[in-house]
Amino acid sequence: MLTKRIIPCLDILNGRTVKGINFVGLRDAGDPVELGRYYAEEGADELVFLDISATEQKRKTLATLVRHIAAEVDIPFTVGGGISSVEDVDVLLKNGADKVSVNSSAVRRPELISELVGKFGSQCIVVAIDAKKGEDGWKVHLVGGKVATDIDFFAWAEEVADRGAGEILFTSMDHDGTKAGFANETLSELSERVNIPIIASGGAGTMPHFRDAFHQGKADAALAASVFHFKEMQIRDLKKYLREEGIPMRI
Amino acid sequence: MKIVLINYGAGNIQSILFALERLQVKAVLSDDPEEIRSADLVIFPGVGEASSAMAKLKATGLDTLVSSLKQPVLGICLGMQLMCNYTEEGNTEGLGIFDTSVLRFPGSVKVPQIGWNTITELKSPLFQGIKDGSHVYTVHSYYAPLCDNTIAVSEYAGPYSAALQQDNFYGVQFHPEKSSAVGSLILSNFLKMGS
Repeated sequence: MLTKRIIPCLDILNGRTVKGINFVGLRDAGDPVELGRYYAEEGADELVFLDISATEQKRKTLATLVRHIAAEVDIPFTVGGGISSVEDVDVLLKNGADKVSVNSSAVRRPELISELVGKFGSQCIVVAIDAKKGEDGWKVHLVGGKVATDIDFFAWAEEVADRGAGEILFTSMDHDGTKAGFANETLSELSERVNIPIIASGGAGTMPHFRDAFHQGKADAALAASVFHFKEMQIRDLKKYLREEGIPMRI
Repeated sequence: MKIVLINYGAGNIQSILFALERLQVKAVLSDDPEEIRSADLVIFPGVGEASSAMAKLKATGLDTLVSSLKQPVLGICLGMQLMCNYTEEGNTEGLGIFDTSVLRFPGSVKVPQIGWNTITELKSPLFQGIKDGSHVYTVHSYYAPLCDNTIAVSEYAGPYSAALQQDNFYGVQFHPEKSSAVGSLILSNFLKMGS
């Protein structure tokens, strides 16, 4: 039976993890490789590394980092952040990334999704969508949610799936950072509208929030950052809880 | 022991090289028929689209070479699918090593299947020491139905072949190189076949 996935997300700035991750027992919690290995041992099903740096050196630094992660971590990982071309993706996959995620660049030029799928296959192309609910429905936002658009979220999600993306990583900006639960109603509707796996993001605060994202939101995977980084919950305990709640989990 | 990873420009092979390195084994990446034929073990990878992968194999003559190999061969993911008779993806003729066609998952489930699925009914030295119901990481839109070559079963819209075997040819639908300790044990079982 296919299990639901728990995915910690690590922000990367100039080759280092950020957000004040403070772990006892790790020699260097700023080292994405060591942190990735730690989460893999904790039972994470996948990892997402989101590069938030904006330097000239970015591409080269990220490729080197991806290579180190791939050498050390034996579970799949996705790399995202500023990816905007076939060449960007090529270098990341060649260095051992399993999947890449594209966001703003795909909204600006939707053909990018088709190009990436044609060249690398659906299985490694994740499209991340940041959205927020306005007066007339959910709208797509760009640049980490900073720039609003009038693009309808569900219409965009359908186009993304039609263009062959393998997965959608949906972040509700209304829920992100609130620790009040995921956008379950929207997630559930998204699952009705598209037939590719959905990763839920934004709003994780407690273990029941994850349960609800799977039960009510029908998500295939749930992503979170701070609840894991600040040890508010251990992935091992979370997965045990979810299994007891009747959700298939790899333990 | 010489391990050759067939290089025909299909997809992400770095992860397999790294997984072997974690087992203290170095594989050679090659498209040279002599080098492939002389290996103790051959790994036939594959990620991407079937018809273009098959076209690349044919263009280099590696299609007939793979079928004629006598040493243990392990096909992974699309590699396994190309070792079957035929795949619906791109309406592609396969190598005909495993006696089954490869079909697309129905629309009643999300396609592609992505994530960790269980493997059961394990019957091959490839799975020595692996518990029935262990989890492996899998990513695919097409599947091989159950057949005489089936040596492991997973379920997604019904049961399908998670692994196949015919004589010296093995194929796994999942990615052992990404399946944590379970995958690493499966790879090391394959390595044992070469010594």
